[in-house]
Amino acid sequence: MTHFIPTRRDLLLSGLAGATLALPSPASAQEAPARNIGKKLCVIILRGAMDGLAAIAPLGDSRYHSLRGSLALDEGHDIGDGFSLHPNLGHVASLWRNGDALGLHACSTAYRDRSHFDGQDQLEAGSPSQRDGWLNRALSVIGPSAETGVGIGQSVPLILRGDAAVSTWAPSVLPDADDDTLARLIDLYADDARLGMSLQRALQTDEIAGAMGGEMVSGMAGRRRRGAQSWGVIAQAAGELMAAPGGPDLTVIGLDGWDTHVGQGSMTGQLANLFTGLDGVIETLHTSLQQKWSESAIIVCTEFGRTVRVNGAAGTDHGTASAAFLIGGAVNGGRLVGNWPGLSRLHDNRDLMPVNDLNALFKGVLHGHWRIAPDDLDQLVFPHARSNTLLDGLLV
Amino acid sequence: MSATHAAIATTRFGMGARPGDIAEATSDPAGWLIAQLTDSGPRQLSDVRTSQDGLRALMANRPPGRRGQREPTAQQRQAQEEQRRISRRALGQHISQRTSLAVATPASFTERWIRFWSNHFSVSAKNPGTTASVAGLEAEIIRPLAFNRFEDLLVAVETHPAMLTYLDNARSVGPNSRAGQRRGLGINENLAREILELHTLGVNGGYSQDDVEALANTLTGWTVGRARIHTAGQQGDGIFDPRLHEPGRQRVLGETFSDNGADQARNVLRHLARQPATRRFVCTKLARHFLADTPAEADITHLEQAWSRHNGDLAELAMALVASPGAFAPEQRKFKTPEEFLISSMRALEIPPLPVRTLQGIYQAIGQRPFSAPSPQGWPDTEDAWSGPDAIMKRIEFANEMGGRIRGDLDPRSLAPDILGARLNPATGLAIARASSVSQGLTLLLMSPEFQRR
Repeated sequence: MTHFIPTRRDLLLSGLAGATLALPSPASAQEAPARNIGKKLCVIILRGAMDGLAAIAPLGDSRYHSLRGSLALDEGHDIGDGFSLHPNLGHVASLWRNGDALGLHACSTAYRDRSHFDGQDQLEAGSPSQRDGWLNRALSVIGPSAETGVGIGQSVPLILRGDAAVSTWAPSVLPDADDDTLARLIDLYADDARLGMSLQRALQTDEIAGAMGGEMVSGMAGRRRRGAQSWGVIAQAAGELMAAPGGPDLTVIGLDGWDTHVGQGSMTGQLANLFTGLDGVIETLHTSLQQKWSESAIIVCTEFGRTVRVNGAAGTDHGTASAAFLIGGAVNGGRLVGNWPGLSRLHDNRDLMPVNDLNALFKGVLHGHWRIAPDDLDQLVFPHARSNTLLDGLLV
Repeated sequence: MSATHAAIATTRFGMGARPGDIAEATSDPAGWLIAQLTDSGPRQLSDVRTSQDGLRALMANRPPGRRGQREPTAQQRQAQEEQRRISRRALGQHISQRTSLAVATPASFTERWIRFWSNHFSVSAKNPGTTASVAGLEAEIIRPLAFNRFEDLLVAVETHPAMLTYLDNARSVGPNSRAGQRRGLGINENLAREILELHTLGVNGGYSQDDVEALANTLTGWTVGRARIHTAGQQGDGIFDPRLHEPGRQRVLGETFSDNGADQARNVLRHLARQPATRRFVCTKLARHFLADTPAEADITHLEQAWSRHNGDLAELAMALVASPGAFAPEQRKFKTPEEFLISSMRALEIPPLPVRTLQGIYQAIGQRPFSAPSPQGWPDTEDAWSGPDAIMKRIEFANEMGGRIRGDLDPRSLAPDILGARLNPATGLAIARASSVSQGLTLLLMSPEFQRR
């Protein structure tokens, strides 16, 4: 079915089989048979605290208009029960109607302060006491796999860091180094485990990207293009990497810019533009995952929410609960899950009340999608979580 | 011993050795570093636009009246777009000059020190206003004050137009101030929160939401002078406008600060600068930046003692850093950031200044374009963040590109001991000697573990 287009790194990679034996790679294909989960997962982290009340607006809540003031939406994509998606989330809304998307409102991690950095650390680590990411721990539970997790971007995000081997991939504007130089560097890193591991994994990821050859129009060709870091290119790279034969089962995308302290806007404006970008990312993933869509789930989450009321600069400040989405062909969607606290009582008299546990969504996905047993989730993946609830039935 | 120490001095504290540097530092490596602090040297950039000029030019073409009240005319819009282009170009030229200075300077410890503070007080170009002003914070405030007292630096940084713009204080208005009462405006606590969390006490430094709000109140009035509202001299500058200031006393960290206008925020900032939590937070960051991702307690304590003894004097702190117990420990516990890697590579290969656009493309590709850190926290400072697979591949591609740019008579076999000194591993020397070309030998040198770490 698929045709393998040989790339300039193929020779090197076939030579790499010998070279990897010298590297302390816990996941090298020689030590354990590679295992593919087969179910694709993409985690999108909206960094900066996305305003959940703008994404999924409770237009039917009697206090909504008075509390939100100039930020209140006039209308959106009606999803029933008095809720509407932001008007610029059109593709998400059509997926919602098809049963391929669901939302969890008023959700948060256990974090209750308002620092982005600590909030993101907790979102990604699963608890404040841990220094590795919950996705990495989930990969460790599943066991060795050839190429399981890929962070899209130059550095490994915390959510992917830890003992299980992961990789990163980003578009490039610099010319490729030649294969001979790469082979010599592999030798030179024989005694430097970290550099050696990084280089080895980079080559393996490049192989998959390269194997897509001409098909990956804006991916590989995009490596030579200006503005290659744009959200669209990143989303396309993530989707095509996952859809490729032997491609990773997991990708992580970080999208910056959600810290809307000033001039947030409502129907149009700064945040509306960000939603257009996010909607485009979802659409691109939908398109580029192709026939893998039916086996895919995309989590969209953020570190915390924003104040319910507008601040002095027509924006919002750091809050507590926000909203999350679960999107994909494997999702049992078309609904809001969890509870809705209403707007009559606010957390600290300023924030949407956090009544749903974001980790319960993560656990529900890891259980329903990747078949990780609840006991393993509680003991190994989220060992320090305050509650052990798990949202069941999220996947078809 | 001092041969190893000299190699360490050039790269752990400096921006990397130029040919000849290690030989020069060998007789007294620590003294060689300290002499750089007193040497006046080429510390200032000669020909860069100030933040005030940049912001003033942007304002000149805004339509009169409150923001959004009146649409700009087509002509104004075109003029605005032109000014934005000029701003982006000026920032690119600033980055280019700053890079050339770091590549050429004999006093590269000073350049590292300035960059540390620039990253501690990180500002990023994220819109026209910040694009026009962010580079000025380093050039106008951090360069001249990097060896003064911490509290002087802190006050000057927080009231600079770049910081006021970047963290939204320019739009923060006391609700009970004249402007607040008349126009129903309110405070924006972004700057106050980041001052406490990132610039002084640190996130676990023992402050509350009330402290954030009180500090935000004291900071109201600190804004950027605007066209038609402020005097020509004030426009584009960081100024205090009493009409925006929240009146009344404020309590921060249990201390009451009377309302003496512009001085209220200054007094709170000095109070914050003198807190033990601030000393601890900043000294830990310094030790983490220069010495180890997980800094030794002895090194942090050593810095804290110098801070206490000299009331936060940063020149004394720099000297204490070089004299700390772990200053010359042989282990390479730090992985160079992309910028450190780029500049040390250009120093090692004596690469002449690159065209502005080429340099921008390289910074972008290796993942650390100056003045564009992803958040107010600045660039990360540990190996985890920088040694991912793709980042390594980008470094290799960069090294490869640099190897192709050098002049013909450079011999990597003799260059390697000159810039790595006693740290050059036999395996690296052998790999370089066996390289298939000069360019490949240079790539192997720049990508060797001992060059990647410091």
